Amino acid sequence: MTQSSVTIWTTILLLGLGTFLIRYSFLGAIGNRRMPAWFLRMLRYTAVAVLPALAAPLAMWPDATGGQFDPARMAAGIATVGAGAATRNTLAAILAGAATLIIGLYLS
Amino acid sequence: MTHTSDPKTRRSAALAASRARALARSPMQSVWHGMVQSLPFLLVMVPFGLLFGVVADAAGYDLAQITGFTVLVLAGASQFTAIQLLSDNAPIWLVLLSSLAVNLRMAMYSASLVPWLGGASQPARMAVAYALVDQTFALSVDYFQNTPQLRMAQRLGYFTGTAILICGSWMLFSLLGATLGRAIPDTIPLDFAVPITFLAMIAPALRSLPHAAAAGVAVVMSLLLVGLPAGVGPMIAALLAMLTGAAVELRLNRQRGAAA
Repeated sequence: MTQSSVTIWTTILLLGLGTFLIRYSFLGAIGNRRMPAWFLRMLRYTAVAVLPALAAPLAMWPDATGGQFDPARMAAGIATVGAGAATRNTLAAILAGAATLIIGLYLS
Repeated sequence: MTHTSDPKTRRSAALAASRARALARSPMQSVWHGMVQSLPFLLVMVPFGLLFGVVADAAGYDLAQITGFTVLVLAGASQFTAIQLLSDNAPIWLVLLSSLAVNLRMAMYSASLVPWLGGASQPARMAVAYALVDQTFALSVDYFQNTPQLRMAQRLGYFTGTAILICGSWMLFSLLGATLGRAIPDTIPLDFAVPITFLAMIAPALRSLPHAAAAGVAVVMSLLLVGLPAGVGPMIAALLAMLTGAAVELRLNRQRGAAA
């Protein structure tokens, strides 16, 4: 790790403050006032936009294999999405992904 | 076909009974009920919390910094995003922008809770905001919607119960992971718990066309933009994905409007 302690604590404090303000936004400051429709529409897709964008490169080129494509990890990613979409259950998706990863690594 | 009404009446009778039980609970009993209903999520919070501690410890963060992350930020996915990007030496503004973008969905949670908790006191709303994570939100909004007649103290009690168990276990187990992390054998593929958890959190939403389109654009664009400096590719991919989701939703709405 190359960051200074100051950088890390600045990140922690600003991230903590920013996250709190996001969570407090409507409940605290904005309340029942109307927000622009386009803004609310974009908010609906933040999670399904940000998390796959972060996960896809990790699944395709995992750090653990030095960035080499790994069939077991790719299969685990696909199993996670498949089980999650089929059952609509986060826990079922995690278990399916973890089981696939363990079996896949055992076989390879 | 004549039998279909039977399970339906049974289900509505069960719902009425659970509503009556919810309304009869004291605020303290509501706290307890919130904790009990949060128990299944321990299966996620325990390994995910341990993992954050282990990953942060392996990345060289000390116990005070790891505590700072879990107590002051208290948002798993963005904590992982932040330490991932910090380790990649991404500039601090990009670390903050990406990590906060992961949490933007919580503005939706905040908005969704206004009809239920908007009338609570200022300190109570601040406390709720602090503990507003995916699981506490999902459990609470479901409980509130199922029993709209709950009193404010019952609602706040239930939310408190979910927060104690879910946020408490996240803090406890990430610190445990940070201190015991070195004892976990290298053969356990902990590295992949992060992407699996990210994918598992969004997969249940993929049945709607706009959500699936957004996620598809996010995946394709982040893979295409992988050569960019740390964090920039996912950021651009996510922005394009959000626009895609909003555009597809708007188009579907127009089509429905035209058909009606």
